[in-house]
Amino acid sequence: MAVAPQPRLATPTAHSMTVRGLKPFYGKRLAVQALDLDVRPRQITALIGPSGCGKSTVLRCLNRMHEVVPYARAEGLVKLDDIDIYAPGIDPALVRRKIGMVFQVPIALRTRNIYENIAVGLRLGGIANRAELDIRVEKALRDANLWDEVKDKLALSGMALSGGQQQRLSIARTIAIEPDIILFDEPCSALDPISTFKIEELLLTLRQRYTIVIVTHNMQQAARISDRTAVFMVEKTDDIPVGMLIEEGPTEQIFSTPKDPRTEDYISGRVG
Amino acid sequence: MSLETNMLTYQQRSRVDKTLRGCTIVATSIAIVPLVLIIAYVLFVGGSALNRDFFTQTYRPPVPAGIDPLTGLPIDGMEEGDLSQVQARGGVLHGIVGTLMVTITALLFSLPIGILAGIFLAEYPDTPFNTFIRFCCDVLSGAPSIVIGVVGFTLIVKPMGSYSGIAGAIALTFLMVPTIARTTEEILKLVPNAVREAAMAMGAPMWYSTLTVVLPAALTGIVTGALLAFARGAGETAPLLLTIQGNSNLSFDLLAPMAALPILTYKYIESPFPAENQLAWGTAFVLMILVLGINLLVRVTTARIKR
Repeated sequence: MAVAPQPRLATPTAHSMTVRGLKPFYGKRLAVQALDLDVRPRQITALIGPSGCGKSTVLRCLNRMHEVVPYARAEGLVKLDDIDIYAPGIDPALVRRKIGMVFQVPIALRTRNIYENIAVGLRLGGIANRAELDIRVEKALRDANLWDEVKDKLALSGMALSGGQQQRLSIARTIAIEPDIILFDEPCSALDPISTFKIEELLLTLRQRYTIVIVTHNMQQAARISDRTAVFMVEKTDDIPVGMLIEEGPTEQIFSTPKDPRTEDYISGRVG
Repeated sequence: MSLETNMLTYQQRSRVDKTLRGCTIVATSIAIVPLVLIIAYVLFVGGSALNRDFFTQTYRPPVPAGIDPLTGLPIDGMEEGDLSQVQARGGVLHGIVGTLMVTITALLFSLPIGILAGIFLAEYPDTPFNTFIRFCCDVLSGAPSIVIGVVGFTLIVKPMGSYSGIAGAIALTFLMVPTIARTTEEILKLVPNAVREAAMAMGAPMWYSTLTVVLPAALTGIVTGALLAFARGAGETAPLLLTIQGNSNLSFDLLAPMAALPILTYKYIESPFPAENQLAWGTAFVLMILVLGINLLVRVTTARIKR
């Protein structure tokens, strides 16, 4: 198996990421202009911007999910703490275990029951002992605020859950393997307001232990939960849209006194 | 108002509507009625040929007219040479065994090849090579089956020096692999990409995500493809004529010539003895039931999964 065994205990250290000169490509097309970004430990960094500005693409570069798309690749430096995750010899699968990701559409693996939805990642990490699996699955579900709702139906298919519950199941699956960083790609845009509220609450709890990066369409959401905000914009050069990072800073400052006029236009609803 | 000047009136439009609907009904009937008649006729005529001997006996030579098959003595009051009086005494057990053995062997060959090829086509990025393979599959699944027979004859029967069940199984494999590969590909493409990404985001390597997450999600479709390929293989005549040849005795030896139901149908329907013609209808009936049964099975399984 290509994946090394997981450390059995949560690492107490807080993790950060450093991005320097990152350039994501789709084939020959540059998707986002070279950008620098610092993801600070135990903070929520929000990436906001209009559709097509490349914020999801950048997010996917942070755990090497970008290259899963055919012909997609990235240049530049992305570091998890001190490790260059694009260095030769680095196993992308291992990167994704250290930097987990939750997607827009909740994914309950439908061929597996609720328990197995969580356990599958743990087994991949080399945990085979049933008692230990039970403990870790329960802990992940508790941490995702889902345990009380599913503890009596762990053998049911994940498809039996509501959308919001499925999203928390996806989060539980991600935190079960105790990553260093968690990336969220518009985790609430397929959910109703109540489920959204529950996920936001959960994000604020997770923030005490994890470093989080979240892509969101919803500016209020970014304002409510994030510590820092990065604003992306899309511009056309020769009719080809290219995204760019125009401003990054503490969320309060971005939303009250943005430096870039385009940020102000965007957050006041004049563009996008 | 000026818009209406060139338009048909309501009555005209409804007349056109009725005419066209009539056309579709007539066309559908032309397609359906013969189909229903064929099925009904085969079931009716073939069904009457079924008895215990049909399923438990193999070939027996026809008994000359006017001779009692049990005693071997002439029967009074019967004219010699009356073909219609010849007794059918044999059955098609050897054909049933042959068809099952050859087709199941072919399925064992073609399932792994077809499914792996389907995974290759669906899960890996499109290259000219992929397109080429897909094109080959489409051509091969549309190829006249006698061509497959000729290939099997040249590649396997000639070097081996004899007709054999295994040669037939390999010929059928040529027919079944493209079907299985293409259905597997189509069904894998229906599995949402998000599922693959969720597995990969967990840190699953691609082989793990494909084998344990994507493939199980597509399992019903793959089973459907395999069953349909089986039904197609069981009904093929031409490739088997040139590879397994046919056999009058019950044989379980895949390295020797074997019988198969479609070959028996082909041989018996040409026979001058009405009794053997009966057997041909009987084998046609069995084949029809096999294909109908498999199709029903496919419908039931897919319907159950959809729920």
